[in-house]
Amino acid sequence: MSMPQNDMRPSPEAMLKAAQAEEREGKRGRLKIFMGYAAGVGKTYTMLKVAGQLKLEGRDVVAAYVESHGRAETDALLEGLEILPKAQYDYQGVLLPELDIDATLARKAEIVLVDELAHTNVPGSRHEKRWQDIEELLAAGIDVYTTVNVQHFDSQSDIVTQITGVAVQETVPDSMLDQAAEIMLVDIPPEELLERLRQGKVYISEQATWAAQNFFRPGNLIALREVALRRTAAKVDDEMRSYMETRAIPGPWPATERLLVCASGSPFSEKLIRTTRRLAEELKAGWFTVYIETPSHARQQQENRERIWRDLRLAESLGAEVATITASSVAEAIIEYAQRHNVTRIVVGKPAKSRWRELFRPPIVDQIIRLSGAIDVHVVSINVASLNLVSRIFHRKPDVPWFDYLASLALVTGATVLLSLVQPFQSPTNMVMIYLLAVVVAAFRLGLRPAVLTAALGVLAFDFFFIPPRWSFKVQDTEYLFTFFGLFIVGVVISTLVAKASERSEVMRERELQTESLYYLTRDLATAADMSSIMAAVLKNISETLEAQLVVLVPQGEQMEVSTISKDLILDDKELAVADWSFRNHREAGVSTETLSSAKLLYLPLHTSSCFLGVLGVKLANMSEYHSPHNRRLLDAFVTQISLAMERVLLAQQAEHALVLQARESLERALLNSISHDLRTPLVSIIGALSSLRDENLQVNDRRRHDLLSGAWDEAERLNRFVGNLLDMTRVEAGELRMQKVPCDVQDLIGCALAALDQRLEGREVKVTLAADMPFVSMDVVLMNQVLINLLDNALKYTPTGSSIEILAQASPQHLLVEVLDRGPGIPEHDLKRIFDKFYRLPVPEGVHGTGLGLSICKGIVEAHGGSIWAENRTGGGLRIAIHLPL
Amino acid sequence: MPTDTHLPRILIVDDEPAIQRFLKTALSNGEFSLSQAENGHAALATAVATKPDVILLDLGLPDMDGVEVIDRIRQWSQVPIIVLSVRDRETDKVRALDSGADDYLTKPFGVGELLARIRVMLRRSLQQTPEPVYRIDELEVDLARRLVLLRGEEISLTPTEYDVLRLFVINAGKVLTHRQILKQIWGSAYLEQPHILRVNVSNLRHKLETDASRPRYILTESGVGYRFKSES
Repeated sequence: MSMPQNDMRPSPEAMLKAAQAEEREGKRGRLKIFMGYAAGVGKTYTMLKVAGQLKLEGRDVVAAYVESHGRAETDALLEGLEILPKAQYDYQGVLLPELDIDATLARKAEIVLVDELAHTNVPGSRHEKRWQDIEELLAAGIDVYTTVNVQHFDSQSDIVTQITGVAVQETVPDSMLDQAAEIMLVDIPPEELLERLRQGKVYISEQATWAAQNFFRPGNLIALREVALRRTAAKVDDEMRSYMETRAIPGPWPATERLLVCASGSPFSEKLIRTTRRLAEELKAGWFTVYIETPSHARQQQENRERIWRDLRLAESLGAEVATITASSVAEAIIEYAQRHNVTRIVVGKPAKSRWRELFRPPIVDQIIRLSGAIDVHVVSINVASLNLVSRIFHRKPDVPWFDYLASLALVTGATVLLSLVQPFQSPTNMVMIYLLAVVVAAFRLGLRPAVLTAALGVLAFDFFFIPPRWSFKVQDTEYLFTFFGLFIVGVVISTLVAKASERSEVMRERELQTESLYYLTRDLATAADMSSIMAAVLKNISETLEAQLVVLVPQGEQMEVSTISKDLILDDKELAVADWSFRNHREAGVSTETLSSAKLLYLPLHTSSCFLGVLGVKLANMSEYHSPHNRRLLDAFVTQISLAMERVLLAQQAEHALVLQARESLERALLNSISHDLRTPLVSIIGALSSLRDENLQVNDRRRHDLLSGAWDEAERLNRFVGNLLDMTRVEAGELRMQKVPCDVQDLIGCALAALDQRLEGREVKVTLAADMPFVSMDVVLMNQVLINLLDNALKYTPTGSSIEILAQASPQHLLVEVLDRGPGIPEHDLKRIFDKFYRLPVPEGVHGTGLGLSICKGIVEAHGGSIWAENRTGGGLRIAIHLPL
Repeated sequence: MPTDTHLPRILIVDDEPAIQRFLKTALSNGEFSLSQAENGHAALATAVATKPDVILLDLGLPDMDGVEVIDRIRQWSQVPIIVLSVRDRETDKVRALDSGADDYLTKPFGVGELLARIRVMLRRSLQQTPEPVYRIDELEVDLARRLVLLRGEEISLTPTEYDVLRLFVINAGKVLTHRQILKQIWGSAYLEQPHILRVNVSNLRHKLETDASRPRYILTESGVGYRFKSES
């Protein structure tokens, strides 16, 4: 083998692509398209024949929507198949049959037949187009067989229109064709088709008859057939290419090209976009469509904005990457974008502007070519004649209110009056300044055109009122003609400059507003620690910025539940269903989209790369707001920010949950250890003592008998205390400290604790020091009593016999302070805080047993009272435990 | 069952066989005649049949609430009832005492304590007319002359303090709940104002006790009420 091995290996990218395609195919259903070049070639018939064959082979084939148009042969083929009922939609009083997508999804057949890929659904259906229904079926893993004529593909429709002169209304994105696993060309010679037409075997609806007469001409049919054959061949070519790529068959692969086309809202845009798509396909290139929003465009009419929106959607459906950019110079923005995305070719249309405007501003094409550098520029010609009609509509400048022109007239009048007052003292040339001032004011206040009008009126007024001969437009001194000309030109230049500056500042202001609203949302989201504060931030910021009503829905089990909603917004079941669809399909839906567009709100799925979190529903003031690129951009940014914040909170919750679980686990382990130890140890001595006494063979003298009994007694007491502590702990833990606070005599409290420990005190001195006039303090007597008992118990256990124990109590107007002091060994400094932790035990002298619960119970109880408890070592040795309670 | 009419009759009501056995052993010293019941209904039936002098009643019975048993018995008998309850159920104890139980013991308890309580009850039920003079340690209360002497010296009390002390000494050895005392001294309107009682008890202690922090006469039953030290 002469070639190095590794050159023959498929590239990892190619393998990955193939693997992804295979994987996708594993999950998604396979699409088979029966393609023809005209009605009547026998697509449905062929599809049914294939289906019948599969049925015989035992495959699960059902007809979800097949229209036989009453043809006997087709009906005969249908008979052998299971036919799903059609949905009926009421459209303006007429019931129209449609594909019942839910029933089809529910049927879960292996292969589903859906006729007429290019069909447009009745308004009110889930999707605008049938191809979207089919997408959903494929996404659900169902194989779909469908039929279509070649002219319905987006990229082919304008060619077909050129050939036949009949506009194609219903189009399908080329991506459907690209993703089809199989294409079957249904082909009969045009002569045969015409013959069938004559025999009435071709179904043509009544409305289409007039078009059909134009359509079914031998020339058209031959051309269409060629288009169909070519399109099929291109698809085969693609498959071949990808086959060769994955099998590492060497060949000349073109370097990656990238194309860019600009959507301008002009009627040519659509053609430009389609042309670019074809070019991109030929070059195997990626392509971009950008819309540059300039301040003047921002003021464009609603109609034109919708057109821009449609253009961008078209480009997207043809496979372009789409972007909207705000800038003041179209050419500069295009070049900047192109350079950033390594675009190799820019496609532009030949300008159709009139000559005189080019004097003032070079056409955008020229600007682009001048700036393009290494990037190729393709200039595409446009048939102007066919566009004149529309261009009149779309190129109308935004209206300036008539009173602005009136105001410029008033300005000139004002200037003239002023000048007539000073006229005796001034030479006429100086008067020009006042008119210029009027122009500047007009440019600032009224905009470009009123300012130009002001300049013109100024010249006329100057001539008429002040230049000899006065009260006439005649001019004696030709020198003044220069003054007029100068006044006008300077006026126009000033107007233009000022207008441009204010346009720029408008762009800046809009951007600033946008940045600001994003900033506020991001800031609020960053500080939001839980879902409810995220929702509050979302509601506040978005409804303010977009003047919108909105709702956020999050999944709760199987259902979508409202997480937050604007005050006056009401969601009915239908809206919820749209939101649900959007969430499940991870695609936007509702008003202004192609899916379930009869909804009142626009639903955008909230998701990050790793998870799907919910749906944002937005209701804007009117339709045009939905199509504004500005709003869309903001919404997209908002959705991203919200999704990230929600994901952050969710992850934090999960982490916290895991931590809590871990802590609980380790606590449970410690508890179990402690319980088994503390329960068993006393039982050892008790059972041991009892067994010695019970066993009659053992000679137990009185002294031993007494020792055994008192040992067992002590251990039983200890066991009882431990169980009591456990019970208390459980109650503190469970938050079941239903406190019964009553005003309480502190002296009584201390007395009770001492009485409870009476036996254990064994005559040990406990010094009680109470401040005079102690107030009654509100507390739960039983629980606080337990706190004191535990503290005294500890003091008894851990200090040498005979050392002093003291209780101090004093009160300030706000607090009660109770201290238990001992002269024991104290506690190492670093352990002072930990002694209140559960099951924390100090290493203690032998014979002293604690449960490690007493102090943590104290802490729980004191804190439930809103107080605090702490420990410190005393100067001179010993421990001081202090309790601080609010009065 | 040996029924000696001279011996005081005790009815033990508890559903735990271990506790039944323990109580039976502890009380079988020839001093009492015993009968037993495992649940509320049996307790009521046995109480009617044997007319016990003291009833030891566990509050946690399988078939009915212990407090209900007390209510039913109180409809026809003033027999002393000592409630046996587990720890930490102060509200249950108070409910039982307010319903007419005479005393309570928290499990686990020593036999000595149980016998002492039973004897106090028996003595109180045998004593028909209240004695005019009570002597407890160094304290002497003469109800007829409204006189209180501590170590022979007269102590001056406010009329309310005297009423509270009188109630205590009449019921010496028996637990009185806050509500019971409030109702007797101040009337039903003051049931929810226990602090007036606490103030009076605090004052009484300062007048009677040597060390008010470690009272000898007026003992606090935490969360329940007070118990005055009994004679002997």
